[in-house]
Amino acid sequence: MPPSNAASAAPIAARSPLQLFWGRLRRDRVAMVALAFIGLVILIAIFAPLIVKAFGLPDPNFANDDALNDFGSPVGPSGAHPFGVDDRGRDVLSRVLYGARVSMLVAVIATAITMVVGTVLGLIAGFYRGKVDALLSRVTELTLAFPTILLGIGLSISCADGCKIGPGSASFVLQPGLAIVVLVISLTAWPYVARLVRGQVLSLREKEFVDASRSLGANDRRIIFREILPNLTAPLIVYATVLIPQNILAEAALSFLGVGVSPSTPSWGAMISDAIKIFDTAWWFMLFPGIALLLAVLAFNIVGDGLQDAINPRTGRSGK
Amino acid sequence: MARYIIRRLLWTVVTLVVITAVAYFLFRVLPSGDPVRARAGKAPTQERLDAIRESLGLDNPWYQQLGDFLWNAAHFDFGRSYISDAELRPLLLDALGATTWLVVGAVIVWLSAAAVVGTISALRRGSLPDRVAMGGALVAISAPVYWLGLVALYLFASDIGQFKVFPGAGSYASADGVLDRAWAMVLPWFVLAAAFSAVYARLLRSSLLESMQEDYIRTARAKGLSERRVIFRHASRSAITPLVTALGVDVGLLIGGNAILTESVFNIPGLGRLSYDAIQRGDVATIQATVLFLAFFVCISALVVDLLYALIDPRVKYE
Repeated sequence: MPPSNAASAAPIAARSPLQLFWGRLRRDRVAMVALAFIGLVILIAIFAPLIVKAFGLPDPNFANDDALNDFGSPVGPSGAHPFGVDDRGRDVLSRVLYGARVSMLVAVIATAITMVVGTVLGLIAGFYRGKVDALLSRVTELTLAFPTILLGIGLSISCADGCKIGPGSASFVLQPGLAIVVLVISLTAWPYVARLVRGQVLSLREKEFVDASRSLGANDRRIIFREILPNLTAPLIVYATVLIPQNILAEAALSFLGVGVSPSTPSWGAMISDAIKIFDTAWWFMLFPGIALLLAVLAFNIVGDGLQDAINPRTGRSGK
Repeated sequence: MARYIIRRLLWTVVTLVVITAVAYFLFRVLPSGDPVRARAGKAPTQERLDAIRESLGLDNPWYQQLGDFLWNAAHFDFGRSYISDAELRPLLLDALGATTWLVVGAVIVWLSAAAVVGTISALRRGSLPDRVAMGGALVAISAPVYWLGLVALYLFASDIGQFKVFPGAGSYASADGVLDRAWAMVLPWFVLAAAFSAVYARLLRSSLLESMQEDYIRTARAKGLSERRVIFRHASRSAITPLVTALGVDVGLLIGGNAILTESVFNIPGLGRLSYDAIQRGDVATIQATVLFLAFFVCISALVVDLLYALIDPRVKYE
């Protein structure tokens, strides 16, 4: 009996690569827990003001002198302040909850910009090769050799009063804070994406389906968007999940060095930096933002590993 | 091979010139304070400002300033700090010494840790030790290094720690002699090495697993070699290639400024701290010198990696 008869009796829909991929990821229990935790952090970031109100916590920037003892030192965890207060009497739990906002915002914006810039430049270099490729590759190498932390520190200190970028009426003012953090992270991370995309495109453009499409009369634009870009989706998704935790850490590091978001904005990195002065006595001030940062980054790393296994089941870590 | 090295060296010089120029414009066009005013003291007269400007060479056109700087740097003369007027060469070399101490010690710690953990994990793939080690590695990768440093100080520093075992922050600067300095660096070494140990253990594990699938491993086993010899002589040879690349990049980046987080927590007077202080004070001369210095290490380590490739892996040939 030819197999086609059996198939026609009960129509079987072919599962798309994305469905297969999701099916494999769902079986990874640790990754699903991490994914749920990321969802929770995102909800906290969005609804931070409501959550803080619901638990009857003080505003993150409310400096309560009563929470400092007679010597001006902050008090530790208590019923009113579950995570204690910081050196100015501000509630640490409230600030940790608000801190999720900066982290998630940078994670999304900086990663998106990096991925778009890196993909576009990598595509152009890999697809057109030749002089364009040579030029872009040199720029990539130069960017990689530039001391990036210095760039970050330099830009945010130089632009402390706002920098005018661009000529005449087309210029805009770059303010310190989130904008510079995102700019610095994107400036330093795009070469890695570009290199990855370039390598993939170099091999994809030689594949038979690209030749076939071209012989059917497809122009460059159609080949790039219809043939090559869809094949880049999987590696790009994986790379984005690698980038997100790195970018969260980068924002925290810049804020830790005092060149990140503005001082009143609660950021986990800035809180750890503030805690340096008094962490020998006020351990809670140093501990809780660090744990929040660690858990958020860990969750993204676990999901990233799970995604990688789901996309390349043969090189899995667990050896199933 | 020789032609390749010469071409790479030329390209390194071009890179350094471009980076210095970029840094020059970055810190000149977006100034964080006029260096002339910083030196002139309170309420200076116009003549005094002009005199200082001339003595620093700041009245010259930009290309001449840049050219002078590069020409002097090529002769290992980095000029003087705009703020303290101290000669920059000894300053840079001292800072380089501290950073090198930090990075070299940490590299030894993380390579030893990664070699043991990565090999055991690969050979006992899927076992409990493997899963515990890889889970722990993921945690270590996710922990911010400066926070880990503070936790380590809170627990183990001899001045403020709960268990007064190791020297605390700032002890490197006051340490005398090699042993004292090494002892002062124990906490920073382990803190800096934590995340890297995890990265390298994961890398070694996956690349060992990959090379164990190769045909030549089957051949080696078929020849009747002991499993120990198969792993340590045959599999690990090709498995360490990706580690060498990563090591070159990481050492370059760490000396090139990325150690600043560890340096600031443990109060180590290294290159990261030097550049950070210089930028905060608007000391353009020091910034320029450190950027060039740091970029130099990033470029050189990239070059060394490419050359090491050819040594480790006989299949790699350069034209």
